[in-house]
Amino acid sequence: MDGVSSDVLRLRAPRHQVSRKSITLWTLHALIGWTVLLVPQLVVLIFASSPWQLTAAIATLVLGTAHTLVMPRWRYRVHRWEATPDAVYTLAGWLNQEWRIAPVSRIQTVDTKRGPLQQLLGLSTVTVTTASAAGPVHIEGLDHADAVRLADELTTTTQATPGDAT
Amino acid sequence: MTTDLPSGMSSDLPADLPAAPEYAEPVVDWHRLDVRMLIVRPLNELIGLVPLLVGLLVIGGGETWRILTSLGVIVAIVLFGLLRWITTRYRITTEQVEMHTGLFVRKRLAVPRDRIRTVDLTAKLGHRLFGLSAIRVGTGQRDQPGEDGLTLDAVSSAEAERLRVLLLTIAKAENPAVTEVTAERPSVVLSKWDKSWLRYAPLTLSGLVAAGALFGFVMNFARELDIEVFDPMTQAAHWVAEQPIGLTVALFTGVVLLVATLGSVLVYVVQFWGYQLTREPDDTVRVRRGLLTTRSVSVAEQRLRGVELVEPLLLRAGRGAHAKTVTTGLGRKGESNLLLPPAPVTEAHRVSAAVLRQDESPTRTPLRRHPPAALRRRMVRAVVPLLVLAAVLAWFAPSWTWQVVLALVPFSAALGWDRYRSLGHALTDRYLLARAGSAVRETVALQRTGIIGWRISRSFFQRRAGLVTISATTAAGNGAYHVIDVAEADGLAFADEAVPDLLRPFLER
Repeated sequence: MDGVSSDVLRLRAPRHQVSRKSITLWTLHALIGWTVLLVPQLVVLIFASSPWQLTAAIATLVLGTAHTLVMPRWRYRVHRWEATPDAVYTLAGWLNQEWRIAPVSRIQTVDTKRGPLQQLLGLSTVTVTTASAAGPVHIEGLDHADAVRLADELTTTTQATPGDAT
Repeated sequence: MTTDLPSGMSSDLPADLPAAPEYAEPVVDWHRLDVRMLIVRPLNELIGLVPLLVGLLVIGGGETWRILTSLGVIVAIVLFGLLRWITTRYRITTEQVEMHTGLFVRKRLAVPRDRIRTVDLTAKLGHRLFGLSAIRVGTGQRDQPGEDGLTLDAVSSAEAERLRVLLLTIAKAENPAVTEVTAERPSVVLSKWDKSWLRYAPLTLSGLVAAGALFGFVMNFARELDIEVFDPMTQAAHWVAEQPIGLTVALFTGVVLLVATLGSVLVYVVQFWGYQLTREPDDTVRVRRGLLTTRSVSVAEQRLRGVELVEPLLLRAGRGAHAKTVTTGLGRKGESNLLLPPAPVTEAHRVSAAVLRQDESPTRTPLRRHPPAALRRRMVRAVVPLLVLAAVLAWFAPSWTWQVVLALVPFSAALGWDRYRSLGHALTDRYLLARAGSAVRETVALQRTGIIGWRISRSFFQRRAGLVTISATTAAGNGAYHVIDVAEADGLAFADEAVPDLLRPFLER
């Protein structure tokens, strides 16, 4: 992907992509965020316009549009996940990216969660927590059916593992 | 504070838990807290309220409402203490420690005994006068933040000591291999208070903080008592201001230094007096310390995941360091993970080795440097924000401001250079070492078996520089320890070697 020579050690991409509907979800998130920023500026602009405020509003609009167009597609190309019998492995982010690996033997809880927008789109987030305060692994934007299946699978394998996972 | 732990917590334990060895369980019925708490709790709280009460009573010249208010406050405190004593009961069964408390809001807390990681005995001044001690049981359960363990405030010191041994013994019974050997070994002193360590006190800056706090308290108190302190102080300030500038600066620096030194020595003595680090016969590591409030923190040894050496800049300049444990069940707010107070760095290494039962402290392991790209990032971060600030100031502010900012650049760059020099990582046969930081340099030695996952992050700029930050997640201490800005391939190979087979399936060449 970076064109690095092939004998350099690196992380391979996790196997599965998230649902394509995630693009819509992230677009909606971005739209809502930028609208919240933009609307007050427009209101102010209507009642008392000054060149400064106009510049700020235009800058917000341009940045917002760019972010809303670019970020979801970029994220969709990055976000990937994989669950093997031994570990859960995810890659997330866009400008800044993060790989997370949690061994199945250390998993404490597996949850699925759906916000209102996610319900609308039939998506789910699977959250896998370990005993670490810093270590939850989130798999965002799975199809709800896939998410439930994954959570069930993980719960079953986790229960088969003895110990208190610390 | 804490509500019921879900009942699932104990039932999801493996069924094949060692069928509890036949302990002579001395405690099965419900116990109350020590009756002396009826006096001690109000006493402890009244000490905090003394300024207010004095203000109300003495200064008020005996107005009726002031006396009534004071009496009301005292009665409320005493009643509250009584209620608490009446409603609080605890018992220790073979499986768990239970506590019921509260009148209007009944709380039932239960901590499974095999989840107990630490036992912390704290005796405030009031407790000590009456031979009492508060006992806090830490479990290190992370899934419910703030709902971690329980506190019995307070039982008699003898009872506290008995509970400490009892609770940590069963915690250890999880590992049947060591159960038999526990008998009659004396506790071993690993390190103890040394007067010469006081020379590190001024290097901790705690004196300045303490002096500041004390100043605030005195001013507040004075205002409460309507004592006029501002006038003499303003006069003194005027007098000082009239002297030549050199004298003023010298005087001011002198006073601050003196106060900071005295204050920090005082703070050091109050916190660490009687410091003693021991390994108890039941394989717990125990830290005792404190002049007024005494504290004793015991950590089950097999819960110890490593040691962290902390060297703030000044302390490091004086070749000193302090040390913390990396333990499940400790290290968050109100819990003390202190292993060694500020002391010579050689002592810190020695104590680390002794606590971890190693011949040579892993913290002495030579560390691998990070690539030059990491230095570049440190420098950019140190210098660029200042340059931007200077540019902005040059545009908007009087000219001396940007000159001052510009003059700071060399110092900032020096810090950046030091931050780079601090970066390092290494592996020993049992420990992962990672070091970072300049103002506070922290070196962690984390047990490789204590690593329960990896996070590998790469920001946009790190990606351009070919660097990654590798974080080892763990149930202990901070939750994650970072190897910052390591070359991507080196870092991955390092993580792969540290925990065999975890990262391997996801690597490629």
